[in-house]
Amino acid sequence: MTRISRALLALLALAIVAFSAWALVDNAPLYLKTLLNGLTLASLYFLVASGFTLVFGLMRNVNLAHGSLYLLGAYVGWVVGDHTGSWLLAVAAGFLSAAVLGLLMQVFVFRHMEGQDLRQTLVTIGLSIVLADLMLWGFGGEIYTFDPPPLIYGSTVLPVVEKFPTYRIAVLIAAIVIGIGLWTFLARTRVGMMIRAGVDDRGMLAASGVNVQLVFAITFAIGAGLAGLAGVVGGTALSISPGEDTRYLLASLVVVIVGGMGSVVGASIGALLIGLAEQFGLAYAPTYSVVFTFVIMVVALAFRPRGILGRAA
Amino acid sequence: MSAAQWRRAMNSAAAAAAPTVRVPPARPRTALPTSAANEVATSWWTRWFARIRARHVVVLVAIVVYPFVASPFFAYQIGAQALALGLIALSLTFLGGYGGMVSLAQMSVAGLAGYGVAIFGTSSAAAISLGWPWWLATALAIVVATAFAAAVGWLSVRTEGIYTIMITLAIGVAFFYLAQQNYTVFNGFQGFSKLGVPEVLGVESRDPVPFYFVALACALAGYFLVKHLVRAPFGIALQGIRDNPRRMASLGYAVTAHRVAAYAVSGLLAAVGGVLMAWYNGRISPGTVNLSAMISILIIAVLGGMKHPIGAFVGAIVYVLLQNFAIDLFVRERFNLVIGAGFLAIVLFSPDGLLGLWAKLRSSLVKTQTPQQTRRQL
Repeated sequence: MTRISRALLALLALAIVAFSAWALVDNAPLYLKTLLNGLTLASLYFLVASGFTLVFGLMRNVNLAHGSLYLLGAYVGWVVGDHTGSWLLAVAAGFLSAAVLGLLMQVFVFRHMEGQDLRQTLVTIGLSIVLADLMLWGFGGEIYTFDPPPLIYGSTVLPVVEKFPTYRIAVLIAAIVIGIGLWTFLARTRVGMMIRAGVDDRGMLAASGVNVQLVFAITFAIGAGLAGLAGVVGGTALSISPGEDTRYLLASLVVVIVGGMGSVVGASIGALLIGLAEQFGLAYAPTYSVVFTFVIMVVALAFRPRGILGRAA
Repeated sequence: MSAAQWRRAMNSAAAAAAPTVRVPPARPRTALPTSAANEVATSWWTRWFARIRARHVVVLVAIVVYPFVASPFFAYQIGAQALALGLIALSLTFLGGYGGMVSLAQMSVAGLAGYGVAIFGTSSAAAISLGWPWWLATALAIVVATAFAAAVGWLSVRTEGIYTIMITLAIGVAFFYLAQQNYTVFNGFQGFSKLGVPEVLGVESRDPVPFYFVALACALAGYFLVKHLVRAPFGIALQGIRDNPRRMASLGYAVTAHRVAAYAVSGLLAAVGGVLMAWYNGRISPGTVNLSAMISILIIAVLGGMKHPIGAFVGAIVYVLLQNFAIDLFVRERFNLVIGAGFLAIVLFSPDGLLGLWAKLRSSLVKTQTPQQTRRQL
């Protein structure tokens, strides 16, 4: 890192500290509430983007249908939740449905066009259009909402902030748990080791006798499933409607561009930055909140073209 | 640019191109059997005319006669819209087909040009529009959009290959949300309507026939610009960079500069297309630059085929026809399903688009021609 970029970073940190100090003195509850909201949003983004980055890191497949998987998981989860009345079953259904669809996509489409990055991406675009229209056909343009179980329903009294929805705190905790789980899976288990080896050198992994297709299928299923799970979790925190697929696709794109593609830890850093920037932008400069997201992306690309934790492909 | 200037520019460019590029790689079939020295000596238009085939004349006559034969609906709704969309798709074909960089932000560039026309010119939102004359507004809009495209290029060429599509997609979607959220410059959700349309010599250019010819002139200019550029030293270097950037860099070519310049050129094409779209619609709103609009440009380019500039226009015609008549042919309101499935089928079974299908068909029909002759090289 050069001296200039270090100085710029220090300047940026100083600006953030100065802003925080001003905001805390000016209106502490607003600042803390925004911070908590930002963390909640960041957890949602992390859930969606971790699957995206996992699939990309291993297969070099930019799955632009990832947003559709999110929405599909949310819709399927809603149907299951509506029939059974159980929110946990809805989460499971969201995970499973998206995982199955992701598995089908990998086995029937992407396996046959390995190494053709652009063509795979174009296929995912086509799939996302078809899926979005099918879901619009099936579920219409209405807005659906979930009822979380009573344990995490309502609001909790926190110091300074006073009332804050319990569900959002639960989302935050769930994201941390899932993040740690994912990290443990990747760092400590045999399959996780294979996935990491595949990210680094696909050819060598295949040469050492591992069934790469199976590893690909597992990774794709987990990545897609995480999107579906995030669909139900995010749909409960906010709502589900057509167009949410685009929103979360953009979020995962920016998160992995900033965090570094193929890195789960990078995804968590990226999600934190983007989620906080978006919420603070909405609270303090409403008409320009998207610009903050964009500026973060530009700055990250300018200093680290492969993302904060990205490595050479 | 006046005719004389244009001729001079063409002359000097052709003279510069001839010694370095003896066999025009764009069309090996049409290479003249003259030596390089002769090629410089013969005037540019002799060589130009030698390349014209019967099908070129037929197509030219057809597109000129078309608005007089067709109903205003077909001239305006189908013809002019296909030309404007084709021009935007052409910018992607140039960038993707010859530069190897598939950018999804082309519609955002076009949309920014459209917004420029609305902001600098006249519109319903009098508080924001500056009300400058149309020629100034249009020129400024095109300049701003081209600069934006160059900036997008500068940002996205820092990374390579598949990353480009992600970064341009993120930029495009971010631009859409900015246009939707921002009320001080982009007038938020409703955008601008009643855009000022140029009126030259008492002719309202939004009437079907004049507008068709404006669009046709722009589309032809764009088409021949691309045709010319890909044979000029710049275009050849760009294709070299597409195929092997490392080798081109070691040969002393400024890879990044060429790529950014390619973005700027494609931005110019997209900006002109965007101005045409804005005039055509008479309004501009965030819906013009949303994700499905961005992707539809990609669909058009891929549908037609990215191996030749004409593919963009073929794709645009098919797309516009489908858009207008899919409702009659298929289930109502399932246009996206039809176009998405069609796009999937093309990507899965014929990566070179309709042009690729056509080339395959022709090579299987005409047995006398060798495969090398029928296969179109870039």
